[in-house]
Amino acid sequence: MLQKEYFKMNDLTLIEAIRALREKKFSSVEITKAYLDRIKKINPKINAYLTVCEDEALKAAERADKLRDLPLLGVPFSMKDIYSTEGIRTTAGSKVLDKYIPPYNATVYQKLIDAGAVLLGKTNCDAWGHGASTENSDFGVVKNPWNLEYVAGGSSGGSAAALASDMTIFEIGEDTGGSIRLPSSFCSTFGLKVTYGRVSRYGAIAYASSLDSMGPMGKSVEDLSLILSVIAGKDERDATSSYNKVPDYAAGLKKSIKNLKIGLPREFYGSGLDGEVKDKIEKAVNVLEGQGAEIVDVSIPSTEYGIATYYIIAPSETSSNLARYDGIRFGNGREVFGDEAKRRIMLGTYALSSGYYDEYYLKAQKVRTLVRKDFEKAFTKCDVILAPVSPTPPFKIGEKINDPLSMYLVDVYTVLVNLAGIPSLALPCGFSKTGLPIGMQIIGPQFSESLILNAGYQYEKATNWRKEKPKL
Amino acid sequence: MKIDVVKVAKLANLPLSKEEEEKYAKQLSQILDYMEKLNQADTLGVEATSSVTGLSNVMREDETEVCIPIKKGFYVTKGVFQDE
Repeated sequence: MLQKEYFKMNDLTLIEAIRALREKKFSSVEITKAYLDRIKKINPKINAYLTVCEDEALKAAERADKLRDLPLLGVPFSMKDIYSTEGIRTTAGSKVLDKYIPPYNATVYQKLIDAGAVLLGKTNCDAWGHGASTENSDFGVVKNPWNLEYVAGGSSGGSAAALASDMTIFEIGEDTGGSIRLPSSFCSTFGLKVTYGRVSRYGAIAYASSLDSMGPMGKSVEDLSLILSVIAGKDERDATSSYNKVPDYAAGLKKSIKNLKIGLPREFYGSGLDGEVKDKIEKAVNVLEGQGAEIVDVSIPSTEYGIATYYIIAPSETSSNLARYDGIRFGNGREVFGDEAKRRIMLGTYALSSGYYDEYYLKAQKVRTLVRKDFEKAFTKCDVILAPVSPTPPFKIGEKINDPLSMYLVDVYTVLVNLAGIPSLALPCGFSKTGLPIGMQIIGPQFSESLILNAGYQYEKATNWRKEKPKL
Repeated sequence: MKIDVVKVAKLANLPLSKEEEEKYAKQLSQILDYMEKLNQADTLGVEATSSVTGLSNVMREDETEVCIPIKKGFYVTKGVFQDE
């Protein structure tokens, strides 16, 4: 097949790929090969993939070509390397697990292969999900496809970079404090942080269990909606997964957003926000107003406590979750943990230790209640909230890595959403003067995924930022 | 220094080098200084949040199911570690 046609296959959204496969424009084996070729060519520049499972992918594609009528039949995809995949190496971005091969499947992965999707490989991330730039990956930083000197965001940086450079059709990321939304924003791709409990956490290597949210990343809002309908739902193996019914999210799109009340929290648009990011969001507000949405001023007074609260609760939970890596059951010993994992284990151990528990952990849990109540109150005045994802456009590789606190502060607009357990859709809203992507997030009340996806869909149709591609 | 790094590392079962002890003592103290912010938040009478969706005492049917296949009395799995 000609190289040119290969490129066309790499350019497709999930919806387009499904249609083309059903119309037999190409087979699953052909499109899978096109992606494997693209990975071979592009990945050495980007470092988005940690493991490419070529043999397994081709076998799965051959099988898919003989089957019919499955929602994602024959579509190649990839996953952040925190999902357990039977027989396929799973590292969580850490050398502690550099040779670990899980004996079972994460529920999300099982659902996707049951739906006929074909796993291409596992993507790079900050070790254990700890970070905002993938510079904390023990396997090297992911480079931003829009400018190789810049970070792709984190922790699901490999996921977003693989999407932006057309090395995959869709991705499953994981968001504990912004890990889906930040890289989506830095790479001009789409990502959904779901309501806590909407998608099963079973088989996903835990970072902070009261915050971890599994979610789709992709090339359009419609793609995310379709994936979410496949992966969402109650799982007996995750006691915190929700009994709420799973709607057909894709069918719920295309509603008018006339009279939709969009709240702008005044604390999010203060002096800490970069002028260019602010400008792009103001332009997005104009677009949404043009579509009939109504803009209202809201307040989240606890915004200033978000980072401190999150960076007590998340490290506390991670210090407990990572205690199991003791060199007995998973290979390498605790001296193999990287810098950031060690810092967070120490921070969490300290916050939970006798004499400090009330001052740090319990206090943070109480402030978490304030955050939840602030959002509940805001949602009595508006239907959804529009916010920046990151205070700045992508930063340079190496810029923040020696100053952990400055890296934590990148998460100022994302962690509140995890603390409240509510959903948020990150989507592209333009580019900086230097050509770096800028994103925004649409936040809704618990289990309002349909609402925020629809609002994002309307904005995407009116702007088409997704058609922009990096030159590689 | 706010934090006794040697003690915390022992609690966390983390072997640290002398250089790491010094580096983390400095970095973690700086981070803990930032956390002081929380003292300004008024949480009098506020309950702690440990779970956001309100689920509690979630049970499933008390029935067994095949988790990992058993052959000749042994659990059968693929190798967990790659060859050295």
